[in-house]
Amino acid sequence: MLKTFPLGGIHPPEFKLTSGSPIKQLPLPQTVAIMVSQHIGAPASLLVNKGDSVKTGQLIASINGFVSSNIHSSVSGNISKIDTIIDTTGYRQTAVFIDVAGDEWVDTIDRSSELVRDINLKPEEITEKCRESGIVGLGGATFPSHVKLTVPTGKKCNLLIINGVECEPYLTSDHRLMLEKGEEILVGISILMKALGVEQAMIGIENNKSDAIAHLTRLSSDYKGITVYPLAVKYPQGAEKQLIKALINREVPSGRLPLDVGAVVHNVGTAYAVYEAVQKNKPLFERVVTITGKSVTNPGNYLVRTGTAVRHLIEAAGGMPDDTGKIVNGGPMMGKALNNTEVPVVKGTSGIILFPSNESIRPELKPCIRCAKCISACALNLEPYLLANLSARGLFERAEIEKITDCMECGSCSYTCPANRPLLDYIRLGKSTVIKMARQRNIK
Amino acid sequence: MSPTVVITIISLSILAVISAVILYFVAQRFKVYEDPRIDDVQAILPAANCGGCGFAGCRNFAEVLVSAETFDGLNCPVGGSTVMDAAAGILGKVPVKVDPLVAVLLCNGTPEFRPFTSVYDGVADCRIQHSLYIGETDCSYGCLGNGDCVRACQFEAMHMDPVTKLPVIIDDNCTACGACVKACPRKLIELRKKAKKDRKIYVACSNCDKGGPARKACKVACIACSKCFKVCEFDAIVIEKNLAYIDATKCTFCRKCVSECPTNSIIEINFPPKKPKIEVQAEAVSN
Repeated sequence: MLKTFPLGGIHPPEFKLTSGSPIKQLPLPQTVAIMVSQHIGAPASLLVNKGDSVKTGQLIASINGFVSSNIHSSVSGNISKIDTIIDTTGYRQTAVFIDVAGDEWVDTIDRSSELVRDINLKPEEITEKCRESGIVGLGGATFPSHVKLTVPTGKKCNLLIINGVECEPYLTSDHRLMLEKGEEILVGISILMKALGVEQAMIGIENNKSDAIAHLTRLSSDYKGITVYPLAVKYPQGAEKQLIKALINREVPSGRLPLDVGAVVHNVGTAYAVYEAVQKNKPLFERVVTITGKSVTNPGNYLVRTGTAVRHLIEAAGGMPDDTGKIVNGGPMMGKALNNTEVPVVKGTSGIILFPSNESIRPELKPCIRCAKCISACALNLEPYLLANLSARGLFERAEIEKITDCMECGSCSYTCPANRPLLDYIRLGKSTVIKMARQRNIK
Repeated sequence: MSPTVVITIISLSILAVISAVILYFVAQRFKVYEDPRIDDVQAILPAANCGGCGFAGCRNFAEVLVSAETFDGLNCPVGGSTVMDAAAGILGKVPVKVDPLVAVLLCNGTPEFRPFTSVYDGVADCRIQHSLYIGETDCSYGCLGNGDCVRACQFEAMHMDPVTKLPVIIDDNCTACGACVKACPRKLIELRKKAKKDRKIYVACSNCDKGGPARKACKVACIACSKCFKVCEFDAIVIEKNLAYIDATKCTFCRKCVSECPTNSIIEINFPPKKPKIEVQAEAVSN
C-alpha cells in the first residue's frame, strides 16, 4: 500500500499532456518586464534607474526586510522605463522594463553544464547564498527560501522533505525537471541538508510519475541519507501539511509550521535553484513553465526567463487556439485566470493552461443540499459550506472561530460540490478578511 | 368530587402560593433599574436598526442618548433633525444642528466611457471580484457593478442601472445611514452635505493613477490637471493622490470648475440649464 494522507482529498482527471516533452529554452523576447515583487513578503527595493544598462543575472532590486527576496535581471540590455504592469495579482504593480540586447551574463556565473558535487560552503554561507541569489519556494507559494533555512533558536529540524508531488493536473514542470536534472536536484538536496544540519531527506513523488521515481531512486543510491518515496495519487498531496502527514504520519497542528514537527519542506524546483545558486553562482532568474491545454497545438515545457510576457509562451506553443475561453496561470485547481497575455512570468509561475471555452464556463448555481461532500473532500477537516456561508454573510468573527485561516485554498470543496456553489471564492474572501482583522488587532 | 381531585387542587394551590412568594422576593432582590426615558426615546427613533448612528441598533442609541451629557456627535441620520429635536425635548437637552447628508457615487465609468477589456463570470459579488483582479475594465479604482451597495441598502434608495452598469442613488429615499459606504470594497460612495434643491457638484471619479493611464482606462477620469483647483475662488478644491476633491462644505455652487474640467469628470446635478450668454444680453437690452 502506497503512502498518502488519510483525510479528504479528490482525484481530478490528470491530463498531464506534456510529461513526455523535454524542457526547451524559450527564445529571448524583445522586452521583458521584471516585477519587483515576485515573492511573499515585502517588495524588493529598486537599485536601478531608467536608462541603466544591465547584464543577465545582475541584481536590480534588493531584499527589503526579513521576509523578502532579491530580484535579478533575467536578460541583458537597457532599462527603457520603470512603470507599472498588470501582473498575476490582477493589479498594476511596479516592474522594470528592459529592452533586450544580446545575452551577456554576469562574469561570476558558471555557465558550464558540468556537475559539481563537492559542497565547499559552510551552512551559514549556504543560507546567505540563497538569500543573495533570490531563491524562493518554486512550488507556487514563493516563500523566500533563506527564511525556511534559518531554524529559529529553540526549534530542532531533523528531517528535510522534498516535494516532487506535483499533484495539480496538467502541470509537468517539476516532473520534467526531475527526469532531466536529477543529479543536480540531488546535489541541491545535499546542500539543503547541510544548511539545515539534517542527516535524512525524503523525496515524495506521486506514483503517476513512475519514470521520475525510478530515475531518482537509481541516482539517490550515490547520495547519503536521501530516499525516494512513491506516494498514492491524490490531490492535494503537494500541500506541505498533507505531504508531511503522508510521509512521516505526523500532523502539523493548526496555525503552526512544519518545523514544529521537526521537518522542513522544499520543492524539487527549489532544490535545483539552490544547486545552481550555490555551485554555479547563478541567481534565480529563469524557471521551467508548462504551457498546455487540450486544444493547444504544441504544448510543452519551457525554460523561461522571468519577465517574459505570457504571450511569447503561447506563441511558442503554436498560438492561441480559437476556442480559448480562459487562460489560467498555475494549475487548474489553484490557479487564477489572467485578464491579458502581457502578464509577465514570475518566479512562481509553474504553468499556463489554455482552457477551451466549453470547459471554462461556470455551471449554473444551485442551492446547497447539505450533502456534506465538501466536508469529506476537505483535507484539513474544515466545514467549507459553513465557512463560505459565514463569509458571504459577513460573520467573520465566527468564521475565525471555525478556523477559516487553516484553509490552504486547494479548491477540493468547490470541485466536489454537486450544486456548483462558489465555496472557495467566499472562503478566500473570508480568509483574507480574517487575516486583515487579526493584523489590525495585533497593531492595537 | 373524589378525594384525589380535592387533594390535587389543594396541594397545587399551596405550591403556587409558595412559588409566588419566592418569585416576588427574587424579583425584588435582582431588580434592574432601567431609565423609563430609554423606552420613550426608543419609541420616537425610526426603528430601522441600520447602524447609521454608529451604534448597535436603535435601542442601543436610545441608551447612549439618555446617558450622554450633550448631543455632540450624536445624530440619527435616518430621522434627521425632527427625531433629534424630539429626543432632546424628552431628555431636556439642547439639540445639535447636524447637516443632512446624502450618498453620491464617485465613479461615472459607464461602458460608453470605460471600455470592457475582459469578462468576469465569477460570483456576482464586488468584494470577491475586487480581491481577484482589476475588474472588467482597465480602471482599478472604478465601480465593479455587482451591486453590493444595492444589496446593503435597506431603504430602497439604490438600484443598478442596466445601461450604465452603475448604481443609481435616489436622493429622496437615501437616509445617509452609510451601509453602502461600508459595503463598497473600492470606497466609491461618499456621504456629502445635502444642498438646497438636491443640487450637487462633485468629482465623479476615484482614480488615483497618473493622468495618462487614468485617461486610457476611462474617458471621464480625473487626470489631476489642476484646472479646477486654479479656477476655484473659494479654496473648495484640493488635489491629492492624482485626484481632485471638492469640499461640499466650502463649495458655493458657482459651477466654474464644471466647465473647466477637460475630461468632464466634475458633474453637476439638478441645476437648471445654463442660459446662453447672447440671450442674457438680449434680455438686458429689452429691459
